Amino acid sequence: MPLLSVESQLPWLAELAGAPLPNRREEAWRFTDLAPLRDLEPTLLPVVDPLGGVPLPKGVSRLDPAEWAPLLDASLVATGSEAAWPVGLNRAADPQVLALRVTGEADPLELAWDAGSAKGLAALRVLLVLEPGSSLDVLQVVNSSGANCTSLITEVLLAENARLNLGVLALGHGMASLLAHVAVKQEPGSALSCTTATAGWGLVRLEPRVMQSAGSAQTRLRGLQMVDGQQLADTHSFMSFGGPAGELDQVHKVVANGSGRSVFNGAVKVPQAAQQTNASQLSRSLLLSDRARVDTKPELEIVADDVKCAHGATVSQLQANELFYLQSRGIGADQAAHLLLRGYCDEVLRELPAMASAWHPLARLLGDGA
Amino acid sequence: MIRSDAPVLLEINDLCARVEDQPILKGVNLTIRSGEIHAVMGRNGSGKSTLSKVLAGHPAYTVTAGSVLYRGENLLELAPEQRARTGLFLGFQYPVEIAGVNNLEFLRVATNARRTEQGLDELDTFAFEDLVRERLGVVQMDPAFLERGLNEGFSGGEKKRNEILQMALLEPLVAILDETDSGLDIDALRIVAGGVNQLAGPDNATLLVTHYQRLLDLITPDYVHVMAAGRILRTGGKDLALELERDGYDWVDQELARLGAEPAEVG
Ligand SMILES: Nc1ncnc2c1ncn2[C@@H]1O[C@H](COP(=O)(O)OP(=O)(O)OP(=O)(O)O)[C@@H](O)[C@H]1O
Ligand SMILES: [Mg+2]
Repeated sequence: MPLLSVESQLPWLAELAGAPLPNRREEAWRFTDLAPLRDLEPTLLPVVDPLGGVPLPKGVSRLDPAEWAPLLDASLVATGSEAAWPVGLNRAADPQVLALRVTGEADPLELAWDAGSAKGLAALRVLLVLEPGSSLDVLQVVNSSGANCTSLITEVLLAENARLNLGVLALGHGMASLLAHVAVKQEPGSALSCTTATAGWGLVRLEPRVMQSAGSAQTRLRGLQMVDGQQLADTHSFMSFGGPAGELDQVHKVVANGSGRSVFNGAVKVPQAAQQTNASQLSRSLLLSDRARVDTKPELEIVADDVKCAHGATVSQLQANELFYLQSRGIGADQAAHLLLRGYCDEVLRELPAMASAWHPLARLLGDGA
Repeated sequence: MIRSDAPVLLEINDLCARVEDQPILKGVNLTIRSGEIHAVMGRNGSGKSTLSKVLAGHPAYTVTAGSVLYRGENLLELAPEQRARTGLFLGFQYPVEIAGVNNLEFLRVATNARRTEQGLDELDTFAFEDLVRERLGVVQMDPAFLERGLNEGFSGGEKKRNEILQMALLEPLVAILDETDSGLDIDALRIVAGGVNQLAGPDNATLLVTHYQRLLDLITPDYVHVMAAGRILRTGGKDLALELERDGYDWVDQELARLGAEPAEVG
């Protein structure tokens, strides 16, 4: 359904969102220029329901609007993202909400979208409600091959003792943009493993945001973002502990090639109430070109005193001693570098839910028959 | 086994090398013929690993003088991978851990690189699995190690066994084993030494870098060399190792003083 194509002063997206595009004077957008979005064709792209016509996995059922309406936005509010510009944009585009309830040990779920080469904005919105003690592996696959923007909001409510293994595999195109929020609210005893991998997009802004509402939950975050050419990928993660004894284990990896730009900002909030929090955040960046640029910043706000919080950030090239070890076994320099790069990426990719292997993420990320 | 008519595999002449601006090798001479087992001993910091790595082509070291002929050809102008493909093998004193690179796949890529150079067919994953399972027997290694990242989280001794497994797969002409015995428990030492003996034959040669007689009790060297201050100070038969075991390296200082060289740094 094509929407207003009226000429206006404001970029179409700003008009749609009802707010100007964030600019780089705002701290959260300091490194990230949304200029590519200004030229977006003013069209809302139709979105196919990825579960339309397929039987739902065991343990997964649809929520009807009366059920989901009161739950919608809860995780966005909990993670302080309800007012974020990409969220406002998604809301304004008014996508159908794919709202699912998970009970017991559910079978794996795959949600795949492909914006293809169509021009315009594709808005997707998912709400996953995991009941107490339930568990689910879900893989979201977002693809694009043209001048479009995919706006994705995934909201998750993880009840007590629920377990979610969430993967986001997003492979784009130099003309394509991805704006994604993954907002999770965790109750005590729940476990979240969230693995995201992005590559190929001209512009990515990814915000994994997690709130342990009363602590005592486990959060495992893994991220891999690859940039090449003129691409820009920006992950702003946010973790907050609303109570004691919560755990965070976060590793964010970057591969920066060409003139690509990578931004990582990892916020972790440990307020007074969150004693005995155990949080670790590691950011590792691999710089494969001297024209590429990496900005990485932990943003730890730790008020509680009885906590273990570790963080580290490294930016490096391929390790010369590792390359030499492989070469000394007859493996040529190029192939050795390739093997190391694969190994580096695979450490994150292998944590995607099992069905990701059917998408051959390594081969596609590295653009070869890996 | 010494045969004076055996072909020379490696001929090192007056080899000098430095790292950054620091000279480390200061004129190494060593000739290795096929069928021979050589042991290189010497104090910490005397240059044994440096010699090993220079031979393997490590980019951190610059050769400043001298020559190395490998099967009669200039070794130093070959890239490290080419040296390996043509049969030069270095068992590292400190094997590198590479997380994320699967051990089995690494072994297969390496084996195929060597096979291609030898004019043999590449092995597909199935054929390679058969081969690797057979060679695992040489070092009595658990196949579970194949599924792990390359040396990732391996204990010191497990890394050394993995080095010998690589040697068993690559079937080198010249194997340089840099302190492969250190870090091995008593049984593992016997197993690894047995593996090296099994792989040593009339057509290849082995250069063992070691500090201890206990390895040489299990692998009998034809020659024992003592390195000091970046050169080979003395060469003898297997009895020289016993003499070192008994008398230590005190004589090295006098010998170096006599030669007017700086004493080796003790690291
Ligand atoms: N990359 C390097 N940078 C600086 N110094 C180096 C480097 N490599 C070797 N050296 C120095 O060269 C000398 C010889 O080192 P080498 O590792 O060859 O000794 P080694 O005989 O193998 O000792 P060990 O018995 O302890 O293994 C040492 O003083 C060492 O510190
Ligand atoms: Mg050494």
